[in-house]
Amino acid sequence: MNAAPVPREVHAELKGVTRIYPAVPGAGAKLPVHALGPIDLDLVRGEFFAVVGPSGCGKSTFLEVLAGLQKPTAGSVSFEGKPVGGHVPEGIGVVFQEDASFPWLTVWHNVAFGLRRNGVAAAEVRRRVEDAIAFMGLKDFAGAYPSQLSGGMRQRVCIARTLVLQPRLILLDEPFGALDAQTRLLMGDEVLRLWRRTGATVLLITHALDEAAMLADRIGAMSARPGRFIEIIATGWPRDRDSTIVGEAAFGEITGRLWERLRSESLKALGHSGVSAMAAE
Amino acid sequence: MAIMTRIGLIRLVVIAALIGALELACRTGLIDHRIIIAPSEMASALWTLLASGSLDADIARTLGLIGLVTALSIVLGFAAGIAIHALPRLREALDPFFATYYAVPVFIFYPVLIAIFGLSLMPIVLIGVATAIVAMIIATLNGLDRVPRVLDKVARVHRLGRIATALQLQLPAAAPYLFTGIKLAVSYGFIAVIAAEFILSPAGLGRDIADAYADFNNRRMYALILFLLIVATLINAVLHGLDMRFAARRSGGRA
Amino acid sequence: MTATRRAADTLILLVGLVVLWEILHRIAGETAMPAPLSTFAYLVHNLATPRFIANLTTTGLELGYALLLAYGIGLAVGVWLGAHRLSGAVGEPILVSLYSLPKITLYPVVLLIFGLGISGKVAFGALHGVLPVALLTTGAIRAIPPVYLRAARTLQLSPWQTITTVLLPAALPEVFTGLRIGFTVTLLGVLLGEMFASKEGLGAMIINALQLAQGEEMMTVAIVLFAFAALANGLLLFVEHRLRRI
Ligand SMILES: Nc1ncnc2c1ncn2[C@@H]1O[C@H](COP(=O)(O)OP(=O)(O)OP(=O)(O)O)[C@@H](O)[C@H]1O
Ligand SMILES: [Mg+2]
Repeated sequence: MNAAPVPREVHAELKGVTRIYPAVPGAGAKLPVHALGPIDLDLVRGEFFAVVGPSGCGKSTFLEVLAGLQKPTAGSVSFEGKPVGGHVPEGIGVVFQEDASFPWLTVWHNVAFGLRRNGVAAAEVRRRVEDAIAFMGLKDFAGAYPSQLSGGMRQRVCIARTLVLQPRLILLDEPFGALDAQTRLLMGDEVLRLWRRTGATVLLITHALDEAAMLADRIGAMSARPGRFIEIIATGWPRDRDSTIVGEAAFGEITGRLWERLRSESLKALGHSGVSAMAAE
Repeated sequence: MAIMTRIGLIRLVVIAALIGALELACRTGLIDHRIIIAPSEMASALWTLLASGSLDADIARTLGLIGLVTALSIVLGFAAGIAIHALPRLREALDPFFATYYAVPVFIFYPVLIAIFGLSLMPIVLIGVATAIVAMIIATLNGLDRVPRVLDKVARVHRLGRIATALQLQLPAAAPYLFTGIKLAVSYGFIAVIAAEFILSPAGLGRDIADAYADFNNRRMYALILFLLIVATLINAVLHGLDMRFAARRSGGRA
Repeated sequence: MTATRRAADTLILLVGLVVLWEILHRIAGETAMPAPLSTFAYLVHNLATPRFIANLTTTGLELGYALLLAYGIGLAVGVWLGAHRLSGAVGEPILVSLYSLPKITLYPVVLLIFGLGISGKVAFGALHGVLPVALLTTGAIRAIPPVYLRAARTLQLSPWQTITTVLLPAALPEVFTGLRIGFTVTLLGVLLGEMFASKEGLGAMIINALQLAQGEEMMTVAIVLFAFAALANGLLLFVEHRLRRI
């Protein structure tokens, strides 16, 4: 199942990245938390990469370090050949785990938020916003406020807000974490459409193994905290896939393999330190 | 909706009945006109007073003072709130002061301010700001505390600067709380200015009421009282309306 | 550790206030703004004089009567509006708009009805206090989850038992908040009353001192009032926190 012979161009690169949250002195003094790494990873331009891992293993930390929202404690991150650190480079879009839609703006103005500030001409703003809104299926809600939308629609607003800026690397942090399973499958299709149309590199964080298996070209399975990649699985799906592949045999194989690797890690994350040794037998 | 209007109707009837009873009691002499005059008389007295134009200067002065006090309190209180929010240690030290501020009669300082600045506008402005500003500071702190942390990240993804982040994200996110502060500042500013004028001041509507009381001029006194109550009610109604507008937009409801 | 640091910080701010006072004194001059030190000396010497004690007693008495009225009427109205749905729906907005009116404008009316003596000031204080007590009591009763009543019924409690063992304990903390706020505004009302056309009480004393250019006396009265109000509020807050932790 080898990928097509297109030239592999490294889009973003992490080298020996670790992240340790420093100790907090004073009230309820906290010890330093080793949240991530060391991590070595190359993201290939145009690929769809998914990260799965038990809760609290450092997935969001990984995303924030990659986006430049946090500085790695050690190691280096680069995006399109330039080092990243401390600030978010142009060309990276992020959709967060929490609902980050602005309740004081309508859907239309939420989506236009980034464009308006960048000095894009008004007509061009209108064209791109309307396009993004239509693409995310929000056409009938352009004048609505986020409080009038469901959680899934609000996340779509956030995706559209990222999309209009035409990022070359899109980072999605469990954007559908709060949705029911069926809606999630459909949202997965949307993300695939988005990925195909924009040609961007997509990195999706999720805790749902099936979601990762269905969407990604490659899946990074992360260990319990501190998060490291214990295995990276290539799925070999064709580029024009959709959610119907959940019926294929290969899909079951991939999820099975992922669960095999992650079961003991998830138990560790739950605090069952002894069980992981038993499970390994 | 039908229940709402029914209750509103009953409320209207109750208020009208109360006013009607007062009118009747005054007309029949049950209540001495040297104590309370009939509501209809209050209204007609107010009408003639307003029409004569003799009140214009005092109205301008008092409402201008209230506006000045409120504006100063809101602007300075907001700025102070942002500054204090940025200094957690100062804030912790100030917390006990904020918690007791509205429990102590700050207004008692008004005579002290007169002693310092003389019988001028200054003591009124200062006591008004002193009364109103802390509500705005507390509301600003409250609002900033409740700005979701993810907004900071969004700001950085959009590469906003400090000031743009404050104006475009933090301010609107904190707006409902700020509005609570604004409402309180208006209300406190109003009360403090009128009280100061009433107790000791060279001019103004509060002073007019006190003078009319001292001259046993009940028609004038009740006309002035009625005027202030109407103004206060109007201001409250406007603020309440704005509040409902914000709330409806933010918490869904109408599609 | 942090608690002591916080207390130290607050203390530093308090000292800062006194320093500010001293600076103000240097700028404004002796008659307008006496020095902190001379004020404290004045306070120590005059606090026990019959004149001071007489005024203190007057204010205390007025406050006591006004609180009695405000609490009595406020609780009764609050329970009524809280328990009777229609009355509550009709009456609460009326009380809310009355609460936001500047009551000082009504003081002449109060004086015309109750006269210039102690009863006018008592009535004016009560007028301030009655509204927050009533409003918070209404809210407290309305906030009792209906499931409590159903639970009481399944336990076969009598109406009286329901009130004393379920409703009262459930509503008490918030009712107490009303009593605390009622205390604050009643005190303010009484003092405002004393500051206008009155010869007795701490409020009258401070106006009198202003006319006699007695800076020390003004500051002394203000400090005594602040200390009293802050102390009373602290005490009521303490009880309130206890109640909430049931
Ligand atoms: N700002 C911080 N300071 C200290 N510790 C932190 C901070 N942020 C996260 N952590 C800790 O780092 C670890 C990794 O957190 P992270 O949010 O990256 O996990 P996650 O995999 O995204 O979890 P989830 O699946 O719940 O989203 C956790 O143990 C968390 O408690
Ligand atoms: Mg996360």
